[in-house]
Amino acid sequence: MTAAPVTITPLETYRNASPYPFCPGCGHGFILDHLNQALVELQLDPRRVVIVTDIGCVGLSDQYFNTSAFHGLHGRSTTYATGIKLARPDLKVIVLMGDGGTGIGGTHLLSAARRNIGISVLVFNNFNFGMTGGQHSTTTPTGAITATTRAGNLERPLDICATVAANGASYVYRGTNFDKDLPERLAEAIQNEGFSLLDIWELCTAYYVVNNQFSRKALMGTLEELGFPTGVIHRETVPEYAAAYRQAYADLVGVPTASPQPIEPKFESVLERHFNLVVAGSAGGKVRSTARLVGVAAILSGLRAAQRDDYPITIKSGHSVSELVLSPSEIYYTGINRPDALLILSQDGYNKVKHYLPLMRGDDFLFVTPPFADVETQAQVGVIDPSRSPLRVPRASTTLAILAAMLKQLGLFPPQALEEAARHGRRQFVDENLKAIAAGFALADG
Amino acid sequence: MREFADGSSAIVRGALAAGCTFFAGYPITPASPILVAMLRELPKVGGVAIQAEDEIASIGMCIGAAMSGARVMTATSGPGISLYSENIGMAIMGEVPLVIVDVQRLGPATGGATTVGQGDVQFVRWGTAGGYPIIALAPSSIPECYSLTMKAFDLAERFRCPVFLLTDKELNMTMNTVDLDQYQDVPVRDRDRYKREDSREDAFAPYRYHPPDGVPPIAHYGEDVIVRFTGSTHDEHAFITKHPPTVEALNRHLSAKIEEHVDDIELVSADLEPGARTLLISYGVTARAMREGVRSARGQSQKVSALTIHSLWPVPENAVKSALEGVERVVVAELNLGQYRREIERIAPDREILGLNRMDGELISPDHFLEVIR
Repeated sequence: MTAAPVTITPLETYRNASPYPFCPGCGHGFILDHLNQALVELQLDPRRVVIVTDIGCVGLSDQYFNTSAFHGLHGRSTTYATGIKLARPDLKVIVLMGDGGTGIGGTHLLSAARRNIGISVLVFNNFNFGMTGGQHSTTTPTGAITATTRAGNLERPLDICATVAANGASYVYRGTNFDKDLPERLAEAIQNEGFSLLDIWELCTAYYVVNNQFSRKALMGTLEELGFPTGVIHRETVPEYAAAYRQAYADLVGVPTASPQPIEPKFESVLERHFNLVVAGSAGGKVRSTARLVGVAAILSGLRAAQRDDYPITIKSGHSVSELVLSPSEIYYTGINRPDALLILSQDGYNKVKHYLPLMRGDDFLFVTPPFADVETQAQVGVIDPSRSPLRVPRASTTLAILAAMLKQLGLFPPQALEEAARHGRRQFVDENLKAIAAGFALADG
Repeated sequence: MREFADGSSAIVRGALAAGCTFFAGYPITPASPILVAMLRELPKVGGVAIQAEDEIASIGMCIGAAMSGARVMTATSGPGISLYSENIGMAIMGEVPLVIVDVQRLGPATGGATTVGQGDVQFVRWGTAGGYPIIALAPSSIPECYSLTMKAFDLAERFRCPVFLLTDKELNMTMNTVDLDQYQDVPVRDRDRYKREDSREDAFAPYRYHPPDGVPPIAHYGEDVIVRFTGSTHDEHAFITKHPPTVEALNRHLSAKIEEHVDDIELVSADLEPGARTLLISYGVTARAMREGVRSARGQSQKVSALTIHSLWPVPENAVKSALEGVERVVVAELNLGQYRREIERIAPDREILGLNRMDGELISPDHFLEVIR
């Protein structure tokens, strides 16, 4: 097979010269001929039409058209189509999938409908897997015989149309490959700006017809039995996703993207080696954001800082531990073997870091809040009780006040560096953080 | 000037600097900060970023967008790579320029979501059916997160294939101090574009490659030719074929276009000391502890060489071989049970090769390196 060059419009056909490969009596060729008629009626530029095919017999279909094409993986055709439409909203993207692809790609179909992404999905629905030997699919009618339902299908067939119609699709049609008006409906669907789905019932003469003595008449009977409506079932005007996205974010276009937040050293530190500082508290206690202020303060003092946080997968419960390494030289290894200073703020934190306590020596520092004053350790112990500060401690910033008191005593860098770091932080917290720092310093001095 | 930053932010800035215009992803620890930042940043450059319904859709959308002209990236962790698997093969077969960030966490299955690991090294190499090569880069610092993200885009564009940026929870989420002048821009080539005047009389052939290790020039959907794409075994026009010579040529091409260019892809940092008997080899976050271990060892007048591998796949065999010269023993350090050691053993069957491995969710420390240097 070779692709023919693009011919000049008006195009009389979007098909190429290759004959279809489908079984005699298979509905696929009829539907593809109807699609070709719709494209001829619309006279779309074949370079701007992308036929995206799924897997199965229908997956071969793109090879019989002189349009752009994408032949993808089973069930994922709507995801490729979505990517194409998001990148190039001006293109007409038409997905051809079987009932098999509808099943395995169910979440993609549902999400495409919910977004109302501007693609048209044609489901070639023949109630079984034709290419792999006639196994049942999500649309196989209850009781039907297939290679994998020898006693009759025990599952209920998926109502594709009702599902997408209830979940955001803007054009939904059900019919058969025998419908005379199918080219017009296909043209309508392709012209619809949003998500269109056409559930087109047809015969698989290789398997389903043979296994179930199925026929055109029986197909009509099944439609009636199930009570599935036909024709254009649903139309509504909903914003198309790719267009809605561009509209929603239009004001952001041209805004400068994220850039580093430079920190210029203004202070000096006496620290001559790596200093490991561990802060152990509870989630929700602002441990991480407070540790971050300490890191910034260290950098403001000409040091380097690394901060490694540990917390359970939940966010507002359990422990929150921040391990800081402060150093005059580059910090390659961000782990901590033994803290030079350890601050315990809560039982959660204590439980998480207690393994450090036996490792700590006489020249290390352990800071605790009053409930932990009796913890056994070789380290020098400092008890910090924020309620004894001569200044009011803002309740939400207790951790910062305690840490400020601790840093004042450790003297790793000038106290002003912590205040400067607070001014670097998010504006809405600056005042409160400065009050907490002042309260902490007063506590250390008192 | 310095900043206090993490690897995630550097990856996002690197992607923007590389001209990324499309991102799709699904929330997963520890890759979510990249998703959130890309959703925030890409609209500013007129790009599109979307949270997809799952990982399969994320990479699927990226493939569709890449073939429509976008520079694309997605980011996930090990469990998400599992779901990417089939589409990684699709991107190999369809020759899609695609950057995939794998922020490794401890596995298997859900494993330790907030715990560091380096267990995906062989997984990304062999992560799809058929055994075809991919490219994988591993930064070991925050500035490298920036530059190697740019490099990943460059290689994806150059070779039209999936390129992994293999990082980990520690590198992505631990804050560190960066001198701003350490952020180095890397030139990013554009994919070789089809030019109509080059063509023969017949239609654009989307998979016409010359020579076998060459990369076919690309045309995108909506440009001035009809474009066909396929994940099936195909001829140069993207029509399905079972013609044995065509099939053989295609499969050899998919391998050769990467394996024959290993020297163009090779990226290592060699810190070799004359007279050293031991060569340490590592990558990613573990290479940071190696560097500190080497510094301490030399401070104690011990001789030791170290090799940090940044281009894990294809294996930079020439660089490894030259680092091996004069060395008696090799220690390969990694947060798994010796996945990359297998490659070194293959290259150096005549050397004593040891593994320094840790699997408890904690980092290998400089002290661990000191213990194996002698």
